[in-house]
Amino acid sequence: MKDTQQKEKEVILESGIKVKPVYTPEDIKNIDYTKDVQNPGEYPYTRGIHPYMYRARPWTMRQYSGFATAKETNKRFKYLIEHGQTGLNVAFDLPTQMGVDSDDARAEGEVGRVGMAVDTLKDMEYAFEGIPLDKISTSLTINSTAAILLAMYIVVAEKQGLSPDKIRGTTQNDILKEYIGRGTWIFPVVPSLRLITDTIEYCAKHVPNYYPVSVCGYHIRESGANPVQEIAYAFLIAKAYIQHALTRGIDANDFIPRISFNFDIHGNFFEQIAKFRAARRLWAKIVKEDFGATNPKAMMMKMIAGGGGGGLTIEQPENNIVRGAYYALISALSGTQTMALCSYDEAYTIPSEKAAIISLRTMQILIEEMGLCDTADPLGGSYYIEALTDQLEDNIVNCMNQVEKRGGIVSAISKGEIQKEVSRQAYLHEKMIQSGELVKVGVNKYRIEEEEERTIKFHEYDPFLVKKQIKMLNQVKSNRDNKEVSKRLEKLRAMAKTDENLMPYIIDCVRVYATIGEITTVFKEIFGKFKEPVGI
Amino acid sequence: MPDKKIRVLIAKPGLDGHDRGVKVVAQLLRDAGMEVIYTGLHQTVEQIIETAVQEDVNVIGLSILSGAHYPITEKLMKGLKEKDINDVLIIVGGNIPRRDIDGLQTLGVRGVFPTGSKFEDIIEFIRRNAG
Repeated sequence: MKDTQQKEKEVILESGIKVKPVYTPEDIKNIDYTKDVQNPGEYPYTRGIHPYMYRARPWTMRQYSGFATAKETNKRFKYLIEHGQTGLNVAFDLPTQMGVDSDDARAEGEVGRVGMAVDTLKDMEYAFEGIPLDKISTSLTINSTAAILLAMYIVVAEKQGLSPDKIRGTTQNDILKEYIGRGTWIFPVVPSLRLITDTIEYCAKHVPNYYPVSVCGYHIRESGANPVQEIAYAFLIAKAYIQHALTRGIDANDFIPRISFNFDIHGNFFEQIAKFRAARRLWAKIVKEDFGATNPKAMMMKMIAGGGGGGLTIEQPENNIVRGAYYALISALSGTQTMALCSYDEAYTIPSEKAAIISLRTMQILIEEMGLCDTADPLGGSYYIEALTDQLEDNIVNCMNQVEKRGGIVSAISKGEIQKEVSRQAYLHEKMIQSGELVKVGVNKYRIEEEEERTIKFHEYDPFLVKKQIKMLNQVKSNRDNKEVSKRLEKLRAMAKTDENLMPYIIDCVRVYATIGEITTVFKEIFGKFKEPVGI
Repeated sequence: MPDKKIRVLIAKPGLDGHDRGVKVVAQLLRDAGMEVIYTGLHQTVEQIIETAVQEDVNVIGLSILSGAHYPITEKLMKGLKEKDINDVLIIVGGNIPRRDIDGLQTLGVRGVFPTGSKFEDIIEFIRRNAG
């Protein structure tokens, strides 16, 4: 074969790894099965964190949902549970995520739009009415205001007669990734880290079955990072949280098991699977070697993997159903604990009921029809997968070392360095799509011009909804003990100036129906606001 | 004498924090030889207009992905009118359904570039219509 032809055939993954046409035993001769791979459920957990994986229990199916008011969201939750969904994944509107009440001018046009509107505990009471919080685990997709929503969740459970040790669930609560992607930051980096550390410490002591933080490589990848950076930055962020929590004198063995991960799936099929296997192995080593943990549960990387929003296309939306099915397959082959898929209409709108059910059925078909739960890590031992797993681990370690050499992740994010790198990757990626170098079916190949949007039914935003929400907020405000609210907010303000854990004081405030906006305003006065580095 | 550089304010109004697209466009326009000023996230319409005046820009590009493009753009156009600013080219990008493009244009938006728009279309449009 001529050189030029050879070059044309070169395959380089997003991670920068060159793929060979054929893999043989030669490629894995340096891999020691007992040391590097091991059986599922055994250190370093390359093949999965449980000895029987899905034979013991299939992954949790947790579609992201939430819109409009809490009452409407409650209906969707019940609908999904009736159809076999095993966990909830709550979307909040932007005002809730940004600590702004529904009647604030900055909330205009956004109330209940991309998720459920929450102003006070009352909304959370409605959202979970009739849903037993000890039976259904709930993931709250919330970051800057996570401590407040967690406080509300704890009080809702209490009103259901459940003590905090009975509730199971997750708050996303990963603020460092918000500075990189997704952007719902409010406070500067240092006080934000303090709030997260408060939740980790509080949960370790009082809410032991709850995951206070889900570190999201997901949004970092969605913002442009390649698969290596996705894992590397997420691990650096997780390490930062752990280091902060350790300063509170809590035992690594107790709280690290309650830190989980949220990762993204789109792009090359095998690269994603190897990415997760590499990540699991590396995380086990980090926890054992860097933090000296001895509890195997602390070394097991637990993840929600799926989504894949970045891989979906506006063009030919039905193709997204097919993509979603492959992403689910990747996730299952990667040993995920929880799966959530972006619905096929999600590039346009809040998923319709129909689209959400198709995503759920996609997962159920894998579990019930296709034998994905029969045996753990069915791709383990493949020459290609094992070799790729090794190479990915090396690349992730290199990427982490580079950031640590430059002063660490917290400083790199504060200065905007990571943001710049991720944006640069996004730009390069988009350039490759526009030039056709990177094929997206239906977008830059097999495109149908003058395509219609008619196949997608839009989720209609109800302009009267904001009035409903504000009316309810006003009702709550007129029924609550305003004197008590002010007293507790003052106490919170005083405590925010100290190093005390703020969770008990936040819980005190939400209990008397202080609003998210009121609590956030107190924090803003004490903590200030993040100054975004805007250099491109 | 070389042409004066086109000055573009790239803005993220409102609470939406999705900035992948806006940063891609900022890099694109900068590489195309324009002077790009990026506001950063969470800007009010008032802040955007103030920056536009201060920076004396020829173009304001709004990026909106939350679905609130209509109310936000309406507010911006009203604000510009109140300040008698009528020589600035307004473009909007982001998660904009095609059915909303006409409505945005009626508000006075000259160019709408939904997710996935071609790079050369954006550059061409600005070069043709700005300044």
